[in-house]
Amino acid sequence: MKSILKPHLSRRQLLVGGTGMIAISALPLGAAHADQAQLQTAKLKLFGDRPLTEGRVTIKMPPIAENGFSVPTRVSVDSPMTEADHVKTLAIISPRNPVAELIQFELGPQAGIADVSTRIRLAGTQSVQAIAEMSDGTLWSGSQETVVTLAACVVL
Amino acid sequence: MFAIRISAPERATPGEIVELKALIRHPQESGFRLNARGVPIPRDILTRFVCLYNDQQIFAANLYPGVSANPFLSFHTRATRTGTLTFRWTDQDGESYEDSVELVVA
Repeated sequence: MKSILKPHLSRRQLLVGGTGMIAISALPLGAAHADQAQLQTAKLKLFGDRPLTEGRVTIKMPPIAENGFSVPTRVSVDSPMTEADHVKTLAIISPRNPVAELIQFELGPQAGIADVSTRIRLAGTQSVQAIAEMSDGTLWSGSQETVVTLAACVVL
Repeated sequence: MFAIRISAPERATPGEIVELKALIRHPQESGFRLNARGVPIPRDILTRFVCLYNDQQIFAANLYPGVSANPFLSFHTRATRTGTLTFRWTDQDGESYEDSVELVVA
């Protein structure tokens, strides 16, 4: 009797456990998919259908933001900032906020270095992306994940 | 009129890259928040910022509801000659607020 009961129980456990696993793994996957879609849409709106390469852009945010209402964000781009080669525009976009565009900067060779800072609102934990458009038309991106403890928009 | 705070060096050597910081007191109300009765608070945001160096644009930004209240911006420029740095914000209704500082280049 014992030998029959044991495999029966473990099979049930396996089934329950397995369903749970599927539910857990499917949740962030679906969310990640929606995040990517929002980033894609924002990029298309701002820069059109041009190839985007990862690199040259560094976005710095605290790894954990206690307050989503004001997250210090610094973006720098590896660029000589000369007349021939400089950053034209720099956009920060969010995969989770109700409005994907956070802020857009217009720079030029007179800036000397491409390094800007601001404070942004974040509606939850997410990986914020910065896209730089160079004077030659190429697009470069960088992203940074931040854990938001208290999200903007959710609370009054 | 909103309180504006600018941080910029008073003097610089020619060709030096200076950091400019600008902050304006503004609610930058996103339009997504609800008041105590559950009614959305209307959006009230600054949408545009420009910085002029001797009347020439050196930096600009488009602001969205995702920018925190009391928008803060920090950026750089190369000091070329003595002149005025003007910082101007424009809100969603076209109203603008500005302040300027003098930069001596020698």
